[in-house]
Amino acid sequence: MLSYIVAEALVAQNIAFGIIALVMVFGALRVVTANNVVHAALYLVCVLGGAAAQYLLVYAEFVAVTQVLVYVGAVMVLFLFGVMLTRAKIGAEGDLNNNNAKIGVPVALLMLTAMSIALINGFEDQKLPGPDEAKRIAIIDVSDNIFGPYLLPFWALSFVLLVAVIGAIVLARKD
Amino acid sequence: MIFAESGLAAETGWFLEHAFLIPIIPAVAFALIIFFGKKMPMKGSEIGLASMAASCVLAMGVAYQWIQRVNSVGGHETEGEASLGGAFRSIGRAFRFVSAEGGEEGASHVAAYVEPVIRKVVWWQSDGIEIGLGQHIDGLAVMMLLLVAFISTLVQIFSLEYLRGDRRYTHFFAALTLFSAGMLTMVLAENMVQLILGWEIMGLCSFMLIGHWWEEKANSTAALKAFLTVRVGDIGLLVGTGVIFFGASAYAQKQGSNGFSIQMINEWALSGTGTHSVLLWGSVALFIACIGKSGQFPLHTWLPDAMAGPTPVSSLLHSSTMVVAGVFLVARLYPLFHTGLEINVGGQQFNLIAVIGGITILIAAVLAFVQNDIKKVLAYSTVSQLGYMMMGLGVGAWTPAVFHIFTHAFFKCCLFLCAGSVSHSGSHHSFDMKKDMGGLARKMPITATCWIVSTLALCGVPFFSGFFSKDEIIDYAHHNGYNVFFIVGLIGAFMTTAYMTRATYLTFFGKARGAAAGEHHDDAHGLDHGVHDAHAVDVTPPDPLPDNEHMPALAMAHGAHDAHGADDPHGADHGPHESPKLITVPLVILAVLALVAGYVNAAPFKIHKFTDWVEPSLDGVRFPKLDHAKFEWIKAAPSIVLVALGFIVSLGLCKALYGSKKTALQGITKRVAPLRWGYNFLWNKYYLDALYENVIVRFVSGPLARAAYWINQNVLDRTVNEAGIGARKLGGWIYRNIDQRVVDATVNASGAAAQGSGSALQPTSSGKVNQYGALLFGAAAIGALVLVIVNT
Amino acid sequence: MLINQFLLLAAVLFCIGVYGVIVRKNAVMVLMSVELILNSVNLNLLAFALLHGGPDGHTFALYVIAVAAAEVGVGLGLVLLVFRNKRSIALDELSEMKG
Repeated sequence: MLSYIVAEALVAQNIAFGIIALVMVFGALRVVTANNVVHAALYLVCVLGGAAAQYLLVYAEFVAVTQVLVYVGAVMVLFLFGVMLTRAKIGAEGDLNNNNAKIGVPVALLMLTAMSIALINGFEDQKLPGPDEAKRIAIIDVSDNIFGPYLLPFWALSFVLLVAVIGAIVLARKD
Repeated sequence: MIFAESGLAAETGWFLEHAFLIPIIPAVAFALIIFFGKKMPMKGSEIGLASMAASCVLAMGVAYQWIQRVNSVGGHETEGEASLGGAFRSIGRAFRFVSAEGGEEGASHVAAYVEPVIRKVVWWQSDGIEIGLGQHIDGLAVMMLLLVAFISTLVQIFSLEYLRGDRRYTHFFAALTLFSAGMLTMVLAENMVQLILGWEIMGLCSFMLIGHWWEEKANSTAALKAFLTVRVGDIGLLVGTGVIFFGASAYAQKQGSNGFSIQMINEWALSGTGTHSVLLWGSVALFIACIGKSGQFPLHTWLPDAMAGPTPVSSLLHSSTMVVAGVFLVARLYPLFHTGLEINVGGQQFNLIAVIGGITILIAAVLAFVQNDIKKVLAYSTVSQLGYMMMGLGVGAWTPAVFHIFTHAFFKCCLFLCAGSVSHSGSHHSFDMKKDMGGLARKMPITATCWIVSTLALCGVPFFSGFFSKDEIIDYAHHNGYNVFFIVGLIGAFMTTAYMTRATYLTFFGKARGAAAGEHHDDAHGLDHGVHDAHAVDVTPPDPLPDNEHMPALAMAHGAHDAHGADDPHGADHGPHESPKLITVPLVILAVLALVAGYVNAAPFKIHKFTDWVEPSLDGVRFPKLDHAKFEWIKAAPSIVLVALGFIVSLGLCKALYGSKKTALQGITKRVAPLRWGYNFLWNKYYLDALYENVIVRFVSGPLARAAYWINQNVLDRTVNEAGIGARKLGGWIYRNIDQRVVDATVNASGAAAQGSGSALQPTSSGKVNQYGALLFGAAAIGALVLVIVNT
Repeated sequence: MLINQFLLLAAVLFCIGVYGVIVRKNAVMVLMSVELILNSVNLNLLAFALLHGGPDGHTFALYVIAVAAAEVGVGLGLVLLVFRNKRSIALDELSEMKG
């Protein structure tokens, strides 16, 4: 992999990927370390946006757009509403972390190690198809897939969404 | 010597086969009386009477069938004389005063063996020994069954009237019925264990009945004395049974039986396989029991005191039936005694049984002279007659002794019932001859006649039943060479006549005194007295003369009163009179029997029915070869002369001492010192009671008991206590060191471990979601790592 | 591009999300960390979709987004309820299930 990075690192996609990846990782780290909840939410927006960009790099335009619309547009707003509705104070508060850093860091690192070893051993130099060979998936293919083989999950999902809406209403009622 | 074993099968019958019902019926009646008696109209006496009557009927059936059986076997010399005509012919022949046709009673003809009817049911077995209950019906058993059942029936009829209104009427009949059941059990016992069972039941009932009015201390003391004295003898019974059992076991087991079976014991004794010492000591031990039960010297002291019980008890138990149990035992196991004590062997002059019997005859007869209580006179007379029976067995006169049991039962029972009748209706419940009797012959003719008939029988006056039994004993003593006992028997006959004459004179003739004259003692109404000769040894004899002052204290101490809980049925009264029918009818029946019962075995008239029916075959295998003495009038002459002499001398002395005319003889025992000492010696019953009570009993209950207690506490208990203390210390040590340190520590440790692990694991369920998540992902991470490492 | 780029990136995001779930006190923060995790999953799916050339990865990515939306809705409803009852959503304090 190191030789690749050295030989072919200058392809535009790779550069784009690298920058966005850095931004995402930085954003993710700030999500879990920020002291201000709103800041953390905004960093999450950053991460989500970066993810959308990454989706574009893998030729998943529809999903990228959906990501922006749903995640950044609706979910984050929901988060912010939640933050607002459950906060007593505005501004930075004290430490938002509990005492579990002793467990958290080792666990995360352990996991990272395990996954890295697995991935590097598994997919050593496997390349993704480039712009020429890559099969472009159109929306129509996606929708054929949804309403074809994966119809049942679609229905289940719709049911889940319904339940979630009703559930959220029930939970948040003021009785 | 013809050994007559009959080839004919002996005839048997329903009564013989079912003779065991005879004791069972009274036993069941006892239970019924105890449970239902109080509710019955006649308070339970009807059950008792019915059961005794039933037993009596069954006994008569058994007797009849036994006689048929004996006749069917044949070989008995009077076979052809089994009819009444034959009997009369014999009587006619007897009035030749020389027995020209000798030989019938000779020893050359041995009667055929009549197999006893033996049936047994095993109720327990252990280690191969079967203990059974059963019947052993032979002539002796038949005679005793009939005797006991019949006399019990008569006494129960007597008691209906005598104890009317008594405070424990129902229990009296229950005890009386149980006694009959016990004695009947003993009499037909098939083995020694059953015999002991019956023996002990009798002892128990004797205790219960003597102490019937136990509210008075003297009665309960007398009951205890009776029971305990007999119990001392019973040690001999148990030891003897054990010794004999082991001696006879080997012989008995070869025949498929065991050493308790009476038939086996008898055969073993004669078989020659027994060692001499076993036979001797077994006999001695068993005889000790007989000494106790039959009131022989030295254990005779309880019998006179037993007169504290009601008169029916005295007449049934302590004269006719229970006290002959000892004699019965010797008669039953006669082969054993005959061989063990070497009776009749080669010119023997003395043996244990004869000596004891002889001593008893004399000492009891002498004591009868100084009694003022009529029942005590009869009691000593009973002791004396039991001495005769024992002496008879001791000199080899088996049949006369057994026949004397038979006749003695009738006349002695009659005498006692007459005494009861006199007290009931004549002397206002007093038994004191000197104070409350006299001149009753005119007022109570039936009682007087019965008394006199029975007295004549007792004295052995010819042609009354006692003559045919008692004089046979004396005759056999001489015939078998026991000359000393021949003399003793004659002296006894003299004395018997003398004291009975005295008693008769004081009771029925002469001037009426006290209650017999219609005077009542003030203390005899309303108060219950059961006091009979109080037990304290009284050194000062009372005044032999009757005097007219009533001394209530003396009357209570020495006077004899039966207790009456209810009102005296004679009410406000009218002096002595004859007793009601329920009392006099049994008297008459018994008096008639006292007259005629002797004729079943009247040797002068060559009638030997009793011998034929009762005496076992003298074959030397199952019964010793005894000699029969021939009766001759000339041999009976000394005793007849002595009886006449006794009567005359005694009558003379009575008139002198107790008559109304003052003579020089009156008060002589107070004036002349040797006579006074002699009188005191007799009054205190040879100081035997003092010896037993004050020396032996006090020693045992005092120093000996204390010594035993000391040993118990300090030696025996100490061992046990030390063991206990040691165990406790060991327990404590184990508790502290093992239980608490090791076992408990283990248990506690496991608990602590559980608790510790629990506490250690508790933080994992903190309720904090973050932590749960941490655990989840941590585990997943580790799992993933492991998988990765494993797979690469 | 190497596939490993995307996969490693996803792994990193995943681990950061895990760290966040473990470490964050505020319930909303935890939900945000869960979003991180879900996004990393999405990235994985799409990378594989490109590698294998079918629409399945896209389909599932869309499903994941939908589920995540539903989950956030319900989750925040719960958080709201908890806040109403306890006036606090610090997960340290919400230990009623402690045992």
